[in-house]
Order: sequence, then C-alpha cells, then structure tokens
Amino acid sequence: MSDFSSALWAAFSLVIQLDSDLAEIVFLSLKVSLIAVSGAALIGMPLGAALALFRFRGRASMVVLLNALMGLPPVVVGLAVYLVLSRSGPLGVFGLLFTPTAMIIAQLILVTPIIAALTRQVIDDLWREYEEQFRSLGAGPGQRITALLWDGRFSLATAVLAGFGRASAEVGAVMIVGGNIDHVTRVMTTAIALEVSKGDLALALGLGIILITLSLAINGVSYVINEKARENHG
Amino acid sequence: MIPKTSILLLMLALANPVAAEDPFIIVASTTSTENSGLFAHILPIFEQKTHIRVRVIAAGTGQAIRLAINGDADVLLVHHRASEEAFVAKGYGVQRHDLMYNDFVVIGPRKDPANIAAMDGAAAALTNIANAETPFVSRGDDSGTHKKELSLWRAAGTDPNKASGAWYQEVGASMGAALNTAAVMNAYTLSDRGTWLAFANRGDLVILSKGDPKLLNPYGVILVSQNKHPHVKTELGQRFIDWLTGPEGQTAIASFTINGEQAFFPSAQ
Repeated sequence: MSDFSSALWAAFSLVIQLDSDLAEIVFLSLKVSLIAVSGAALIGMPLGAALALFRFRGRASMVVLLNALMGLPPVVVGLAVYLVLSRSGPLGVFGLLFTPTAMIIAQLILVTPIIAALTRQVIDDLWREYEEQFRSLGAGPGQRITALLWDGRFSLATAVLAGFGRASAEVGAVMIVGGNIDHVTRVMTTAIALEVSKGDLALALGLGIILITLSLAINGVSYVINEKARENHG
Repeated sequence: MIPKTSILLLMLALANPVAAEDPFIIVASTTSTENSGLFAHILPIFEQKTHIRVRVIAAGTGQAIRLAINGDADVLLVHHRASEEAFVAKGYGVQRHDLMYNDFVVIGPRKDPANIAAMDGAAAALTNIANAETPFVSRGDDSGTHKKELSLWRAAGTDPNKASGAWYQEVGASMGAALNTAAVMNAYTLSDRGTWLAFANRGDLVILSKGDPKLLNPYGVILVSQNKHPHVKTELGQRFIDWLTGPEGQTAIASFTINGEQAFFPSAQ
C-alpha cells in the first residue's frame, strides 16, 4: 500500500505546486488529443452515417473492416506513421516527425475508426426507426445524413468520448512518432512511461492519477452538458 | 462531406505553434544518458549559451542508430563502439568523437545465490550464473547494453539463448524496465552505471560485480552526414559536438553527480 499512498501524495503535491512542467505536459496532452478527436469526428461521423444509410457492393465487408479497425494496435499505427513521416519515408520532406503534428496524425488514425464504427451503429438504429418518414418526405442523401447525425447527437457524444479516451490513454503511437522530447512532445502517457523506466513508480502512478482525474472531469462535464441539452430538447 | 485533405491541412496549421522559436537539433541517444539525468544537467548550459535547443530522442543504441540512418536525427550519441564505427564507415556519419565513459555493473540480489561477488571478472561471474541457473534478465533489445552483455557471454563461453525462457529472460525493453523486472524476480542483470545510480526502484538488488576492464562503457558522438541526408543541420550539430568535446562540455559532464557520485567521466581528446 505504501506505493499507492506515496503516489497519491506525489499527485497531490504536483497539483498543489502548480508544477509548470506538469502544466505544460497536461496542456500538450489535451491539445493533441482534442485536435485528433475533432478531426476524427469530422471524418468519422459522415463516414459512419454514409455506411449506415447507403447500400452498395462491399458494404458488409467495410462494416466488418471498420469494426475490426477499432482495435488497431497503437504501436503498429505509430510504426506506420513513423515510416511515412521519417526523412527516408514518402512524406519526410515536411519534417513532421517528432512534432505534435505527428502525434495528432497517429491519434487521428487510431480514433477515426472508433468514431465511424460507433456512429454507424447509432445511425443504423435511428434509420430503422425513421426510414418510413424519410422516404415519405423524399429527403435526399445529404439531408438524411445531417438530419440523422443531428438527431443522434446525444448518443454520438458517447462515441466522441470513447475516441477521446482512446487518444488520451494510448502511449505506443505517440512514443514512436513524438519521441517523448522534453518540452516539445512529452505528454502524460509518455511521461508516465519515462518515470517507470527511471524506477520512480510513485511519481509515475501520481501522474496516472492526474490523467485519470482529467479524464473523469472531461466525461463529467460532457455528461452534464448532454443532460442539460436533452432537457431543453425533451 | 468535407474533403479529408482540407481537414488535415487545417490541423497542420493549428498544430505548429512552436515553429518560430529558437533553432533546434535532434539528438538520437540512449536511454542511459536521458534516464540518469545527464542531459537535464548539461543541456541547459549549452542552450543558454548558444540558444540552440537540443531535442533528445532516448532509445536503445540499436534504435538510435536506425533513426540516424533514416536521417531522423542530426547527431548520434550512443555507446557501442563497433556499431558507431560501422555507422561512420558506411558513410552515415561524418566522424566519431570520444565523449565520455563509465562502466557496466552486474546487478543481482543481495543474497547472491550464484555467488558471483567472489569471482574475479565479469565472464567468471556470468559463468557462475549460468551454472547455478539463477534468473538473469537480459535487455534483449539490440541496445548498447544488450550488445555488451552478449559479448560478455561469448567471453564466458556460454550461449544463454539455449536457456531463453528458462533462467535467461529476455525482456526486450529499456534498462529501467529491465531493472524493474529484475527487482521483482530477484534476478541478475547487466546495467550501465548511470541508469543504476539514478534508479529508484531497486528492491533487494545491489552491485555484485564491477571493475573488470571488459565492463568499460565508452560513449561516442557523431554528426550525421549531409551526404546521405542533405537536410541534416550540419552547422548546429557540429557546434553541439564541439561544445560537448570542448572544455566547457567536458567540465559539465564531469560535474554531473548522482547522490554525490560522479556518473560519467569525460574522455574527449
């Protein structure tokens, strides 16, 4: 138990001291994951909705593929993004490796299938419910997608949160493409990995407690917003 | 639907607020220099003087060399002389400079079940571990420390891979992770002294074998060649190497201590 109590103490004193290194790391973690999840939502939601609404050849295989991609191993995504962004890779000229941008790209790839697959499920259920009405109204494909995405927005918020959880918790991809450079690409998860390799388990666990608390706060806030919005539209 | 490329471009624009700051170089190095705290001690001195930022990627020596071969670093700072010389010979590096050294130490449980503390030299110590079949944690990750460990096994005339998964455990991880594993298993392992000195989670482990000349751990620093990768920041990288191997850098390295003990000894000529 002593490790847990010293971890709690480490977390507490870091927060109380408003440690500037910690603030920088937390800020970068949030920035990278929020941008990645926003991008993934912009791509994944229309994609998921389209998959739910349109019937075409190969649709079933695409659904299966998308669902499988939810389990993409971060370390493999990291390696693939590294090979593409490396100076020896096809996009090497842009010099994006070991920058926050590289981390955002890796997380975007990890999170987009999650948001797309969950969106497809939500929209698929809604479509079964409203199919008749849409047909009688003669709504076009674009109208159907926007209307159903809007209608399913409360459930879709959960899809986005699932994506955010994945992004902010993963370490394998951002470690490889970000390089865990102090003050440049060090985020919560890579900082935790570094402290573990220094054998400072209490500090590592303390950082972990802060990361979980942040995640809890974000989920709590979005729950409250969601509930309020539901009441107003109830 | 919004085209994916425009989203990507928007994100690239949003994501680069650090761009217009000081110039920087990327140094591919080993976990031992980062985890021991050496870089945190010497880099601020260099950065303050030159306003050149040094971005360190800490990986095993094998991976660090791989990064440099791919052109993803400007300077390579590692600890496996043969690999470093091969790197230069193949044209990837300009020139290898001696930088500093310390030593490797054989770590093990205080009770020393294989009785290696009494042995003369590292090879004899490893022979005892193999004969007693006591757990030994190997890095198994092509790092400088892993390569050194394999050369010690060769010197001992033992092939530990035959016992892989039995008493010989290859963890395929960083020095710190290997030490964490050894602490839990009460196993023997080989560590560089810098990482060991700074390592906090020692459990019941202590240094049991040291001082053999075979355990010398020299570090070299190499500028990545512009001939293979034209984008390499030759001028900034060379200034860093000149500083490291010059009187100021060497003094800074010598002044770094962990719990009062000097961790690296300057050796530039």
